[in-house]
Amino acid sequence: MNHNSNTYWDLIIRTKSGWFDLHLSDLWRYRDLTMLFVWRDFVAQYKQTILGPLWYLIQPLFSTIVFTVVFGRVAKIPTDGLPPFLFYMAGVTCWTYFADCLTKTSGTFITNAGLFGKVYFPRLTVPLSIVISNILKFGIQFLFFIGFLAYFMIKGAHIKPNYWIFLMPYLLLLLAGLGLGAGIIISALTTKYRDLQQLVTFGVQLLMYATPIVYPLSVVPEKYKWLALANPMAPIVETFRYAFLGSGSFNGIYLLYSTGTTLILLLFGVILFNRVEKTFMDTV
Amino acid sequence: MSDIVIQVENLSKYYNLGVVGTGTLSHDLNRAWAKLRGKPDPTLRIDQTIQQFNNSTGKASDDYIWALRDISFEVKQGEILGIIGRNGAGKSTLLKILSRVTAPTSGECRVKGRIASLLEVGTGFHPELTGRENIFLNGAILGMTKEEIKQKFDEIVAFAEVEKFIDTPVKRYSSGMYVRLAFAVAAHLEPEILVIDEVLAVGDAQFQKKCLWKMGDVSKEGRTVLFVSHNMVAVQSLCQKVMLLDKGEMVQNGPANQIVSNYLRYCLTSTQMDQVWKNQDEAPGCEEVRFRRISIQINDQDNNMITMETPFLVIVEYWNEIPAACLHITLHIRNEQGIVAFTTGSCQEPGWNGQSLEKGIYRSICHMPKNLLNSGRHSITILVVRDLANIIYMYEDALVFDIVDNRDRSGGWFGKEPGVVQPYLEWKTEYVGSKIPSQRLLKR
Repeated sequence: MNHNSNTYWDLIIRTKSGWFDLHLSDLWRYRDLTMLFVWRDFVAQYKQTILGPLWYLIQPLFSTIVFTVVFGRVAKIPTDGLPPFLFYMAGVTCWTYFADCLTKTSGTFITNAGLFGKVYFPRLTVPLSIVISNILKFGIQFLFFIGFLAYFMIKGAHIKPNYWIFLMPYLLLLLAGLGLGAGIIISALTTKYRDLQQLVTFGVQLLMYATPIVYPLSVVPEKYKWLALANPMAPIVETFRYAFLGSGSFNGIYLLYSTGTTLILLLFGVILFNRVEKTFMDTV
Repeated sequence: MSDIVIQVENLSKYYNLGVVGTGTLSHDLNRAWAKLRGKPDPTLRIDQTIQQFNNSTGKASDDYIWALRDISFEVKQGEILGIIGRNGAGKSTLLKILSRVTAPTSGECRVKGRIASLLEVGTGFHPELTGRENIFLNGAILGMTKEEIKQKFDEIVAFAEVEKFIDTPVKRYSSGMYVRLAFAVAAHLEPEILVIDEVLAVGDAQFQKKCLWKMGDVSKEGRTVLFVSHNMVAVQSLCQKVMLLDKGEMVQNGPANQIVSNYLRYCLTSTQMDQVWKNQDEAPGCEEVRFRRISIQINDQDNNMITMETPFLVIVEYWNEIPAACLHITLHIRNEQGIVAFTTGSCQEPGWNGQSLEKGIYRSICHMPKNLLNSGRHSITILVVRDLANIIYMYEDALVFDIVDNRDRSGGWFGKEPGVVQPYLEWKTEYVGSKIPSQRLLKR
């Protein structure tokens, strides 16, 4: 009767495990579930809507038009010599993806409390599926953007896409990582402090103005540039614009900084998330 | 022996009572600040602070409750373990810990094999998705891979009896269909250990039977089942072993029949045969009707024991506050398995025609004849019914009493006869001859 050897057991449930005991292999075992969640989000979201996935196009289109009118025509903010419409659309496309990842993953625990309280599966599958299903949405919006880009190029606008566009998958990864990392940190904290939930929608909006979405980084006064660059989103958006539109600032060091921040945020987020998922049912 | 699949050791869990809400941030900052200075936690109550200093776990204070305390047990492969106990005994907490929904405060559970839990059927069902889509989604949530679900798909649909509606969104399902589909998915999981909480409370009788049968099947295949239920009949017929919990502690653990009857006999309330309320405000009831006296009386003054051959009276006195109400009292008599033996109502009174009662005190008396109920513990639930249809108040287990078996069966079977009732019926046996012509038998 020697059951005390821990190798005999498949699972040991105890109060706390180590900080770095993240059960990431579980996440892999449940990959089918992650994909089913993605598919569920996609199918369920547009059932009983008339326009269906067309909404994916309406959102960025209208934001871009509004930005073009308000910031381009009325406020007359310079756009690095680019057609304002494309300039804003590039920013909006990147930002929407990041913002969606952040706001939706930040509600993970609260919106799924009912489900989480009944059955165990790796909780990270939920935010992960959100990030993945948003890639679909991003993909559609990105193609939409490319369509406009092609149109402007044919019309002879001054645009120079360059080889840096091959960095696109990497930029997407960074956007996803940043959104996910920040989102799960907030989701872990909201189980105790609901105030954060209010802060997220509001905060994301404010953060957009702190990111070069409606203005280029080049108009930021030299004195405050470091502040603008402290935002890890700034280099990503600037690189994106530089790659596709050929104007703006691109700097490898800045992008490296974004990568570092993303990794740290993600690691911290996953650890915190794992801490909370064990007992959050008692505090929610 | 390597067939132990679950080993639980000194498992405890406590819950924080009260509001975890406003001011938690300042509360937490306060605590963190105190910790930094090495002072005791300012938000703990004084007795807890003392406990903290004594470093003992001590008794729970008002703000904390031990949902589980020092539970240890083992389950072998292929066993169906029933877990019973009153509400709040810690059954659900135990299952929640085992299914990893929440973590224990201390102690350890060791598990061999995959665990799937069914704390509620239909978890993760999305109303907008069709039955087919939900089978895949729900199956994956419960831990199956897509491939496994595909293999089992037809079986699941057949078990749930929803073939026709498989491509209809589940929001259009009847509640019965919904539950059947949900249970079907869960029943076709192939984990080594299945944890089930009260799912049998739903569905019609036929489907319940099917579920029970399926659970029996599961254990024959060598899989282990943990089963929490208030349905003692189900527990007794399914489980070989039963664990009884009370206030978070394990009271007994052993063969099903023994534990179940112990639970029913001793852990429920003791007998309660006479209740009187002098003050109308304190009496149980609702605004319209309050009980004044509820009692069981035996005609035989020498003996206050109810035997199977003792007729007795059930007396219900109440204040009626509704002018011109059509009221009557209904009794539900239950045996120790929780089965309702029969119901009876004061509307059976000869000459009762729904006449209205004025305000005032009323007394209804029911005569229980001898030779009706089987021996054992019984309880009576009293219902106040208005207009023959609306239950305006229900007092559960208002009376609890024992019926003693005293029938003379000299030389015969001494054990308890099975059955809810034990009436004495008329019998006659006669001699019809040594040879019966077959024709005559047929004619009868």
